[in-house]
Amino acid sequence: MEELEALFQGFALALSWYNIGMMAIGIVLGIVIGVLPGLGGPNGVAILLPLTFTMPPTSAIIMLSCIYWGTLFAGAITSVLFNIPGETHSVATTFDGYPLAQQGKAGEALTAAFTGSFIGALVAVLLITFLAPLVAKFALKFGPPEFFAVYLLTFCSFVGTGKDPFKNIISMMLGFGLAAIGMDTVSGELRMTFGWSELLRGVDFLIVVIGLFGVGEILISMEEGLAFDGKSAKINAKVVLETWKKLPRYWLTLIRSSIIGCWMGITPGGATAASFMGYGIAKRFSKDGDKFGSGMLEGVIAPETAAHASGTAALLPMLALGIPGSATAAVLLGGLMIWGLQPGPLLFVEQKDFVWGLIASMYLSNIAGLIIVLSTVPLFAAILRIPFSIIAPIIIVVCAIGAYSVHSAMLDIWFMVLFGMVGYLLKKLDYPLAPLVLSLVLGDRAEAAFRQAMMGSKGAMEIFWSNSLVGSITTVALLMLVWPVLSFAWSKLGQLRSAGGSR
Amino acid sequence: MMRFTRKLFNKTSLLPLSLAAFACAATLPMQAAAWEPTRPVEVIVPAGAGGASDQMARTIQGIIVKHKLMAQPMLVMNKSGASGAEGIMDVKGSKGDPHKLMVAFSAIYTLPIAVNLPFNWRDLNPVAMIAMDEFLLWVNSESPYKTPKEYLAAAKASGGNFKMGGTGAKREDHIITVALDKVAGAQFTYIPYKSGGEAATQLVGKHIDSNVNNPSENIAQWRADQVRALCVFSEHRMTYKDKVTKDQSWADIPTCKESGVDVEYQMLRAFFLPSGTSKDQVTYYAELLKKVIATPEWKEYVAKQALKEDYRTGQDFVKFLEKDEAFHTKLMTEAGFASKK
Amino acid sequence: MEQQQTQDQAPRGGLSHSGMDAIASVVIFLIGVVMMIDNYKLGAGWASDGPESGYFPLRIGAILCIASVVVLLKSLFGKARKHEIFVSWKRFKLVLMVLLPTGVYVLAIQFLGIYVASALFIAAFMRVMDKYSWLKTLLVSVAVSVALYWMFEVQFMVPLPKGPLEALLGF
Repeated sequence: MEELEALFQGFALALSWYNIGMMAIGIVLGIVIGVLPGLGGPNGVAILLPLTFTMPPTSAIIMLSCIYWGTLFAGAITSVLFNIPGETHSVATTFDGYPLAQQGKAGEALTAAFTGSFIGALVAVLLITFLAPLVAKFALKFGPPEFFAVYLLTFCSFVGTGKDPFKNIISMMLGFGLAAIGMDTVSGELRMTFGWSELLRGVDFLIVVIGLFGVGEILISMEEGLAFDGKSAKINAKVVLETWKKLPRYWLTLIRSSIIGCWMGITPGGATAASFMGYGIAKRFSKDGDKFGSGMLEGVIAPETAAHASGTAALLPMLALGIPGSATAAVLLGGLMIWGLQPGPLLFVEQKDFVWGLIASMYLSNIAGLIIVLSTVPLFAAILRIPFSIIAPIIIVVCAIGAYSVHSAMLDIWFMVLFGMVGYLLKKLDYPLAPLVLSLVLGDRAEAAFRQAMMGSKGAMEIFWSNSLVGSITTVALLMLVWPVLSFAWSKLGQLRSAGGSR
Repeated sequence: MMRFTRKLFNKTSLLPLSLAAFACAATLPMQAAAWEPTRPVEVIVPAGAGGASDQMARTIQGIIVKHKLMAQPMLVMNKSGASGAEGIMDVKGSKGDPHKLMVAFSAIYTLPIAVNLPFNWRDLNPVAMIAMDEFLLWVNSESPYKTPKEYLAAAKASGGNFKMGGTGAKREDHIITVALDKVAGAQFTYIPYKSGGEAATQLVGKHIDSNVNNPSENIAQWRADQVRALCVFSEHRMTYKDKVTKDQSWADIPTCKESGVDVEYQMLRAFFLPSGTSKDQVTYYAELLKKVIATPEWKEYVAKQALKEDYRTGQDFVKFLEKDEAFHTKLMTEAGFASKK
Repeated sequence: MEQQQTQDQAPRGGLSHSGMDAIASVVIFLIGVVMMIDNYKLGAGWASDGPESGYFPLRIGAILCIASVVVLLKSLFGKARKHEIFVSWKRFKLVLMVLLPTGVYVLAIQFLGIYVASALFIAAFMRVMDKYSWLKTLLVSVAVSVALYWMFEVQFMVPLPKGPLEALLGF
């Protein structure tokens, strides 16, 4: 077991007081960054990068990767408490996390989210430890058709049969439309900017989400006169243990989401895609699938586990191939080069100490991260006790700052207000918002992959079945799409038969 | 346990660091400049985090912090929307703000032509250019091609079935591909990716047949013997003679011209201030950059990225911009990349 | 409450739920039309190397139009349409109580900078909604703004819009 030996050396390296201190600092910073919308993992890491130039590279990357773990953990906090996703990958967490908080179960939801995250990360680190070379080879198999197939699978696994299929379709198409605004990466042409240079950069996902979910939610709760109360959560440490007792029964969801997450992290589908797919598939296959969205613990665990597994696994292609699996990984990659390390296939050979020190730190810092975030659960649950007239304006202020800081553009704050109103209207009219968000995140990427594939095949659709890998993903995706129809037909057929038999 | 820790500390850059500090203390001129920033300076990078421009900006930021070359802090801001148009328009709109510095590359010429962006580099105040980035023709190391001639002949024979990957559409990589098409009669299918890193992995995974990445974008794969460099699109060979792979240095790579493929292309790496800034302010930053490129860290950085050092400022820089702009306009119109509108 | 009485009656003194649904679907239809026109101009065919830039957005616009017509028909003639008032004036006033100040707040950011505007915004909410004492109001609103300043400008060095007060204090 060459890996184990190297790993123990890595532990020896990571377990210095200095490095543990860096870990704690990194995680706490990451939590702060993750909680504030607009300050994302990439910003946080990029801002702190220059500070690390004088540190030993291993300590520096331990601290920076801990910021990253911190943001991954903390993205769930505002999603659960205020329906505002602090990070893009925690949008799916709002679907069941926020209803749980409204029922006074914020503590449970947060505990489940953090624990799920931890398990996802653990699976991903184990994967990195033992299968790195193999996995790196697998990642290379992904070209444009494969990427498109993966995005298709994400869409198909998420598209359920909503209450009104037409409103579902409209919501999804609006998302695609928003994603298409700005420059088309494939042709380099501008789409739907109407000659307005402020629209060049497109409509950022985060601004739409802050508006639809954050501001929209405040308008709804205002109208309902609920004013965020009735949510005073139990604030004690017992809630953690009680929730843990319930978790083993979701073992299948945990494993499934971990696998989805690892896979999406390695093939740069990203944590956001992973969380949606994790949620969608859990909903599809759970016994309580219909109750998803009304506050199921499973609906919190599924996306969080997948997101954290994916975020962790994304470091593997960065180290082994030199390609970043996420925006934060891209900044870390820049950091590696500045410290004089060359990420890529030779890193595992030439910089053994560094690589195994980092991998060992992933185990340690995720354990440390779990302890730190769990201890903050009562603190965050207590925020819900702040009166509405104080917390509501503060939320709006933080949302405005978040919207502004994405592009340093005043217009984006106006967009946020606009999407807040749109969110309020759509929600009242029973339009589901999830499909809009999903297609906004993945729409342009899916389109680009499709068109790149078409360029390569000269317009032949057969490319999506040109090898066993892409062929099987595409087929599974299409099966997912028709699954509701099939199962409906199946049950109808069964009913007819039994009806015929009894007659 | 301690053994490993100590080993790491010894191994890492403590020694070069102290050397660098020493070297710099000696070279740092202590004269008071006529103008100095009074607020934190924002460096606008019109490209994504982690890319070549971003890395350069952050390296410079690190050098400035380490050698205390500027009293005010420096922030690097990525404004990568619309292939960088977001950052470019932001700086254009900040007339008279001396605390905003933009990192420029050839997008300042190509973007306005490709998408009808109401922008020209004359809308900004040129500060200095510090380097030129090279482009190389790369193929997968498992492919049989050893020279650009062989490769282009095979591409021509395939009748348009060879795929060239690159960053974005109607930009540097695409321009070079069209130039290759013209010189060799090959008809590459150009596939635009989001970044050079992606194009590099796609080449290793054999989803494309070649790419024209910068040295920094392919170095990892080159050193691991996954890709092969056929030639460099430059007038002269690169000057870095230290072995990068087992048996090759950057200087061992022939130019495309000497291999019989007459295509040349290099890309500037430069800095601009918004218009309406004073001469003193330009001088301040030009001098600052001069100090930066004199540091050993910068020398190490350019060697690693195989950048061609080329410091120009003032009239010299403006003349270069004029010539470079004309060159790009010609290439863009010939390639048919000009916007229809 | 009031809306209990109006339920299951013809809309009176307000827009019905299905009426609002109809209006929204018309707006969505128009969005679809705009998308189709803009992308048609761009080229929305299937070229030799696959779809052109306008190909997908044009079709997305078309789907929007079709789906919105269905929703419109359902809201006008469907069996399941809801007749109750979309939102009563009384409740909508509550919504406006958040929405209008938010608009004013965003406008104020442009003139006063985000920190001063935020302090005023929080203070206004606290005074008007729950009538906190002036002292409490002042403490909370200023403390939040200062904390935000410390976090964003000092710690994370994210420059946010600043106004005359910050300029006066020399930041």
